[in-house]
Amino acid sequence: MDKKKKYQGRMHGLQRELMERWYRKLHEIYEQDRKEAVYIMISGNPVELIRAFDMEPVYPEINALQLAIRKQALPALLKAEEMGYSTDNCNYVKADVGMFFMNSPTSLGTRIPKPALILCNFVGCNTYIKWFEHLAEYTGSPLYMLDIPFMRHEEPTQDDINYVVNQLKEIIEILENITGRKFDIDKLREIVRKAKIMEELWAKVKDLAKAKPAPFDAYFDSTTMMGPLYVYRGTDDGIRFFEEAIKEFEEKIEKGIGTVPEEKFRVVVEGPPPYPYFRVMRDLLAKWGAVAVQSTYSTVGGIWEFGFRHDENDPLKAIALHMITANLPNRNYLQRYEQIRRYIKEWHADALIIHGVKSCRLFSCGQGDMREFFIQEIGVPTLYIESDLEDPRYFSPAQMQNRIDAFFEALEHKKAISKV
Amino acid sequence: MKIKKLVQDFENKIKDIDFKYLKEYKQKENKKIFAHFPVYAPHEIFHSFDVLLLGLNGAGNEIEILYADARFGSFICSIVKSTMELGLSNRLDFIDGFFFTGICDAARNLCFVYKRNFPDKNVIFLHLPQNPETEHAIKFLESEFKRLIKNLEEMTGKRFSEDKLRESIKIHNENRKLQRKLYEIRRNEPDKLSTYELYTLLRIGNFIPVEEHNKILKEVIDYIPQREPVERDRIKVVIEGSFCEQPPFELLKLLDDVGCHILDDDFILGRRFILEDVNEDNPIYSLAEAYVKKTRYASVKHSGKKYKSKYFIENVKKLKPEAVIFMYAKFCEPGLFDYVLFKKELEKEGIPYLFLEFEEKMWNFDRIQLEIETFFESLIFV
Ligand code: SF4
Ligand code: SF4
Repeated sequence: MDKKKKYQGRMHGLQRELMERWYRKLHEIYEQDRKEAVYIMISGNPVELIRAFDMEPVYPEINALQLAIRKQALPALLKAEEMGYSTDNCNYVKADVGMFFMNSPTSLGTRIPKPALILCNFVGCNTYIKWFEHLAEYTGSPLYMLDIPFMRHEEPTQDDINYVVNQLKEIIEILENITGRKFDIDKLREIVRKAKIMEELWAKVKDLAKAKPAPFDAYFDSTTMMGPLYVYRGTDDGIRFFEEAIKEFEEKIEKGIGTVPEEKFRVVVEGPPPYPYFRVMRDLLAKWGAVAVQSTYSTVGGIWEFGFRHDENDPLKAIALHMITANLPNRNYLQRYEQIRRYIKEWHADALIIHGVKSCRLFSCGQGDMREFFIQEIGVPTLYIESDLEDPRYFSPAQMQNRIDAFFEALEHKKAISKV
Repeated sequence: MKIKKLVQDFENKIKDIDFKYLKEYKQKENKKIFAHFPVYAPHEIFHSFDVLLLGLNGAGNEIEILYADARFGSFICSIVKSTMELGLSNRLDFIDGFFFTGICDAARNLCFVYKRNFPDKNVIFLHLPQNPETEHAIKFLESEFKRLIKNLEEMTGKRFSEDKLRESIKIHNENRKLQRKLYEIRRNEPDKLSTYELYTLLRIGNFIPVEEHNKILKEVIDYIPQREPVERDRIKVVIEGSFCEQPPFELLKLLDDVGCHILDDDFILGRRFILEDVNEDNPIYSLAEAYVKKTRYASVKHSGKKYKSKYFIENVKKLKPEAVIFMYAKFCEPGLFDYVLFKKELEKEGIPYLFLEFEEKMWNFDRIQLEIETFFESLIFV
């Protein structure tokens, strides 16, 4: 296969444009020293509330992953390790902290403004708490710990919802104080309404991957689309982005164009991508005609493909419900098994690939059990591979290739036999 | 009274991963037994239902991990794996229920992997609030405790009683007071009580009814003044980091042998997490309030507006140790993160520190011993 195959279409160009615009906006806030940046986390993020105060979200995770994907993470990681951070801890945090202390610009050469508020949406990942505790100490900015009850059963309790809504009200007060502006519920309603439209479009995008061949890769390309999904949710730009993406993918479906010359295997991928080797990994799979038709990683910020939408009629409750129920990190491990099981069935996948990431226990602690479940109980061919989402030192291309090749060789063999 | 002998017996009991003592107890008393994963559990609530709550702190270096490695892979702390192994090797079949909280990403996932692997067991997960600044956290935790109460009502067939809970709070307040007293003794009279002894006396509380534990602690405390002191040179240290997974007994003994006079530590923190007496009126609310407002700082709980590192350094400065020893379980993410902030404070104050990592399955301590000794020498000769 041609190694230089281009995976990129119009959607990618538009994504780059939007993300660069966001970085430039942040840079402007930095230059003019305006108190408009709110640091939040990706998982189940309440970006609508921040937008309602005309503030800009800063997602440290995006900064960290941008660094990794551009192969600039190692110096930042080393800086953090020199400060005492363990080699075994989440490398997202370390890359971000390292970058902060090296006072380095973003991968685009722009600057990130200081936070007016550090809003830790503690949605499942305990490492978030640590990350923002550290940033609060280093920047001296105020921190609000928005505590989201974990999905320990199938439905949230009324107490769960009340607890979150009450905290959201406290945050509104804090944002009023920072901006000197009164909270306008109608403005929030309008943003939430736009978020809902965008969620509808995103769910449609995901649905399009049910086509054979799938018009985009639901692991690698979905990751690309996640940028606008979180940064521009609740805005017209965001809506336009997904409308364009749908147009592009529908055209491809009509013409029968997939992401590889011949789609041979449809896979579901669990776990974050190996950002430092994003392209390498994609090539390794593309070589086998393997295409991701769904991925769990694309649901860290929200799970919309099963019907959840923000409801503008009760915007605070909608934000609370999204944070509690409708995102991967705040859902329990067995709910993830069920999510994957549905993906495999409803998106007609042939196999499951579990990418174990050293950094991230939220994803990886228990993936051995998950593997056993899918092989033994569900009977799905499952490949387990291991590397990291930030640290290039944990990726061994040769080993990765061996495992992937061996897996698909066996799968191909099985397919051939079943056809006889 | 032979404290040495008593402590040796306790150590054996704690180390018995077949839980012979507890199985006999269960049969004799016909009681339900719940096991809880560290750090904190509302012992009082279980006690009010007459359910024995076993504080399961992993399996030390007694167990061979045969199955759990494959479930969890590399980069996960020992306690998660050994707890899984205890279950998979059928050693916990006699336990009626398991209690987990969201102390870290690894432990949270363990809870649900447990659920899948042991479908007949009563596995309950409580969300302990991480926002101590808001009053709503207390109300929320009250609702979590009520959920636990409902679960226990169903399991035991008994009705919840506020009066019983008040009684349980009283007994546990007493227990915490006695534990604090023991810590005070070690702080002031290290010649009379070693760290290994103190630790074992506390940890046995995870295995026996609290009334029995109170009785033992009282007797020991009364007896200590008559004890022959073991005099020697010691270096005053504070230990931080072993709040969840526990260091092997050998390592604790080593701390005594190399001459540590430990002024404070966070071993088996769950038993001492609440620092003050819990109010007996309005008992469920009071328990929730105590968790949200009256606990020691810990790597697994957000401390609110005041930085955790401030709590840490204030505690250290109050105790005036010559050094701090950090003792973290390998791969313990919350601990290893806090280490960076804590050590920064020590550097500001010019207080020397040593960083150590341990694992449950450790059996060779020569290297650690050398590290501590070298560190101590460096303190003496500056
Ligand atoms: S542990 Fe995982 S989810 Fe949490 S910050 Fe790190 S990479 Fe993200
Ligand atoms: S030792 Fe640390 S990482 Fe392991 S379960 Fe306990 S708190 Fe979590």
